[in-house]
Amino acid sequence: MISGYLITILITIVIYAMLAHSLNIITGHAGQISLGHAAFFGIGAYTSAMLYTGAGFPFWISVPLAAVVAGIVGALLGIPCLRVRDDFLAITTMGINFVVEAIFLYIPFFGVAMGINSINLPKWFGREVTKPEYLILLLVVMVLLFLLDRWMGRSWIGLAWASIREDEQAAGAMGVDVVRFKVLAFILGSAIAGLAGGFYAHFLTFIMPQNFGFGQSIVILCMVVFGGIGTRWGPMVGAMILGVLPEVSRPIMEYRILIYGVLLLSMMRFQPGGLLGRESILPKVFRRYFYRLSSLE
Amino acid sequence: MSLLEVTALSKEFGGLRALDGVSFTAGGGEILGIIGPNGAGKTTLFNLISGIYPPSAGEIGFQGESLLRLRPHQISRLGIGRTFQIVRPFQNLDVETNVLVAFGHRFYPSLWMSARPFRQPEILKEVQTLIERAGLLPYAKQTAKNLPLGFKKRLEIARALALKPLLLLLDEPSAGLRFEESAELMELIRQVRDQGIGVLLIEHNMHVVMDLCKRIVVLDHGSKIAEGSPEEIRSNPLVIQAYLGKEV
Repeated sequence: MISGYLITILITIVIYAMLAHSLNIITGHAGQISLGHAAFFGIGAYTSAMLYTGAGFPFWISVPLAAVVAGIVGALLGIPCLRVRDDFLAITTMGINFVVEAIFLYIPFFGVAMGINSINLPKWFGREVTKPEYLILLLVVMVLLFLLDRWMGRSWIGLAWASIREDEQAAGAMGVDVVRFKVLAFILGSAIAGLAGGFYAHFLTFIMPQNFGFGQSIVILCMVVFGGIGTRWGPMVGAMILGVLPEVSRPIMEYRILIYGVLLLSMMRFQPGGLLGRESILPKVFRRYFYRLSSLE
Repeated sequence: MSLLEVTALSKEFGGLRALDGVSFTAGGGEILGIIGPNGAGKTTLFNLISGIYPPSAGEIGFQGESLLRLRPHQISRLGIGRTFQIVRPFQNLDVETNVLVAFGHRFYPSLWMSARPFRQPEILKEVQTLIERAGLLPYAKQTAKNLPLGFKKRLEIARALALKPLLLLLDEPSAGLRFEESAELMELIRQVRDQGIGVLLIEHNMHVVMDLCKRIVVLDHGSKIAEGSPEEIRSNPLVIQAYLGKEV
């Protein structure tokens, strides 16, 4: 049987994978940089936690509602973001993150610095789900999200996003409604982050404003960039590697943020496409390796 | 009623009058040349027609309907395709995907239709035909940024044609091209015209303009100073003055 410790790490990694995956929709597919993604993670976590502890909604309703609320807020906050581009967008989204965190931290309704506690794991068949079961539930959701992403990527929506990412003005001249497709990316990315927030709250059983700060946004962005921004698998692979690293070695844990920072910097310098991105060194190394193998025979 | 009817069109940027009361009409199946020295307002005119920014005054009618309150994607869906003076292909997408983006114009209006897969056999076939017409078939899978300038320009035309346009706005298609490249492009533009599509052509190369256009509009400092056949334009003293300056 796998230990509880391992299960906890695996669940955390799947939640990070969902977050990286959702940020990839906004930043990777539609090309809109966001430095405040943790805000929507937090909005989802707080929505789900408050519906559960305050209004007595069961997990199975509070978590989907967390996604809906985060999606709606994402749409509302996406509208001011439509008027700005590139570095201004980065600063605007960063500001959104600080505002959302401050609201959780200073408004008594949201439990101030203590956050919200006594959130529980969901129940099914008359009992609470075990952690391995929760992990399986999360993995099923992750697979569904992955299939959704693949379907979007093969649809006109994915194509419209790609054109906006490449050149907004040319996209408009080709009949792409830039505003509508940008808002769609913000809604979808925020909703999935909200969903991850709901899962996170019910797993951790207590949440605090600090969990959803700017630092968290940067961690998520690191995972996306490290794995390969805009690729389908990259963000998940990034979440897995950067999620496991601190667990396998204590020193890495202590200098986690420093190491993420250095990784982000060196990826930007040497491998801007990420591990699985186009022109990455990884496929080249593989090719050379197999070439050598075949020439030995 | 002509295809495009521009009436007293003006555009001011701050205090600068980029376009000042310009009027003309353009019809299907003809190439209307738009010439003028640098800064005459030619590209501004294109940006107004394609809805990139609104005019300060005047009216633009397309098939009898006003384009004034429409945004770029709505105007392109009505059947006005364009290319850009500084080429703007989708750099990291391949040639085929570049053209596909424009094919989506009939699906983007409905979210439901947009969710359908874009790789449909009948659409891919149409894309192939367009790419072939533009002479880019061997490069269908090449990333746009790796293409030479002449190919990028042809790609932009193929992409605009995917909108099934009634009117095509071409902004200096031959600029920066070698003679042979330019000749191939002219042939493509002629074919487009013969299909019944109206073409507005901004061009600095006088050989190209005189060769392709039956009618030419000349702009200078934002105003229309002449309109007529190539012969009339060539002998018009105002035009000569605009290009060569006044005798001292």
